[in-house]
Amino acid sequence: MTDLAIAATALHKAYGEKMVLDGIDLAVPEGTIFALLGPNGAGKTTAVKILSTLISAGAGTGAIRIGGHDLAADPQAVRAAIGVTGQFSAVDGLITGEENMLLMADLHHLSKADGRRIAAELLERFDLTEAAKKPASTYSGGMKRRLDLAMTLVGSPRIIFLDEPTTGLDPRSRHNMWQIIRTLVADGVTVLLTTQYLEEADQLADRIAVLHDGRIAAEGTAEELKRLIPGGHVRLRFEDPSAYERAAVALPENVRDDQALSLQIPSDGTQGDLRAILDRLDAADVHADSLTVHTPDLDDVFFALTATPDQAEEALR
Amino acid sequence: MSTLSLAVRDSSTMLRRNLLHARRYPSLTLNLLLTPIMLLLLFVYIFGGTLSAGIGGGGPDRARYIAYLVPGLLLMTIGSTVIGTAVSVSNDMTEGIIARFRTMAIHRGSVLVGHVIGSVLQSVLSVVLVGAVAVAIGFRSTDATALDWLAAFGLLVLFALALTWIAVGMGLISPNAEAAGNNAMPLILLPLFSSAFVPIHSMPGWFQPIAKYQPFTPAIETLRGLLLGSEIGYNGWLAVAWCVALAVLGYFWSTSKFNSDPK
Repeated sequence: MTDLAIAATALHKAYGEKMVLDGIDLAVPEGTIFALLGPNGAGKTTAVKILSTLISAGAGTGAIRIGGHDLAADPQAVRAAIGVTGQFSAVDGLITGEENMLLMADLHHLSKADGRRIAAELLERFDLTEAAKKPASTYSGGMKRRLDLAMTLVGSPRIIFLDEPTTGLDPRSRHNMWQIIRTLVADGVTVLLTTQYLEEADQLADRIAVLHDGRIAAEGTAEELKRLIPGGHVRLRFEDPSAYERAAVALPENVRDDQALSLQIPSDGTQGDLRAILDRLDAADVHADSLTVHTPDLDDVFFALTATPDQAEEALR
Repeated sequence: MSTLSLAVRDSSTMLRRNLLHARRYPSLTLNLLLTPIMLLLLFVYIFGGTLSAGIGGGGPDRARYIAYLVPGLLLMTIGSTVIGTAVSVSNDMTEGIIARFRTMAIHRGSVLVGHVIGSVLQSVLSVVLVGAVAVAIGFRSTDATALDWLAAFGLLVLFALALTWIAVGMGLISPNAEAAGNNAMPLILLPLFSSAFVPIHSMPGWFQPIAKYQPFTPAIETLRGLLLGSEIGYNGWLAVAWCVALAVLGYFWSTSKFNSDPK
């Protein structure tokens, strides 16, 4: 398959006794966003570090091809094809934003004129023109992250690794960053991003791999992952205990919560399904005081897939 | 682009970056420059009366002690400057920007080469400044020819190169800037156990071989010979051998550290 931007098989990495990546396979088609989703310590950053040539892959790792180049045999060709924006901003804080951009232009061997033009364009696009002459260390978190990504884009990489691009950003900066990432892919760039935010993966990614303890616990589109676990239901709440009891009889498949006077009815949340429930309530002449539809979100998937026995016990306590 | 022209271009980009740092934040370099200048004034004006009597064979002739002292202090200036190199290398490695450089298709060694050339240039500048202070308080070179000056300059550059590569290695193995400063401390302490301040023959007998063959003493004696016309003897070759050995050792140490997986 030639249209894969990133193809890795049996990615392994161990630090001493600790297995960080225990054989993960990745296949990311060109022009798509792929999210590695997982809690802290799941191995996301390690995977990005290996794929971006920063650290070597561990024993047992199969072939890794990035942008069609073999990572082990020709790391420089891989480096020429990729751009990396790390979890901790990879900017030079001692020099200005503009100097950071020009440094990248020089390292990409652009001509002086091209370098200046591209730096100015990107600073403008990332709303940093005003701050361009200030030392990068004085930038806010969001500005640093934008400068970081702008620096990555100087070389027009076709494949971009974004390691937790929005961790620590305020909601506005986060949405800003999402918008930027969407624009990138519209230009045909491939993005592999890591995140611990389910919403982020849901918002951005074409495909998501849930990483847990160095293994891929599940992989698919957001919809496919949500379908993996049950949990869609309609929740009916009552003020009147007698109405509650009658409803429980009318809808025998319920899960009761006698304290809250609420019933959970399994449901896929479709119109027909809801109408059927309401019809049965009407037939029994019962009126619920409130009705909420709960469809499984990635949170449910995430917790279902990544809960360790310890955490499950913790949750019960 | 050929490998060599890529190396030259990327290294000069990295050098520009380091010089920009040094120019924008000169306090580190200036602080390190203070040590040798302070020692120069301290030894000449405070200890100088007694010390020159010891060296001059009785007469309190400060001019003779200034002449004795300056070559050692010029080399100590280099030791002091490269502590700054260890600190800035260590600082750099903790920054994300180095991780970025590692994932770019640039010449691998350029990051270190940029540091090294920048540090050698700073060392030369520092030596010139300390030398100017020495001249201002009365240091004069006696009958040094143009060739001697050239050789002296070459020695200083070679010595700076050697200490810089060692300092870069120290910066790379240090977890933070503070540790780097401490690890590089011997580079400024070594001159105290050399012939920089007092002649070797005035030291305890068991200590003399250590003082005599450590890297600073041959370099100091060679510089003295070039600037003041004293006997150089085997010290010239010993100094060059030390410099080459330290530079090669530092180079291989640093590049292997830099090329291994970052933590």
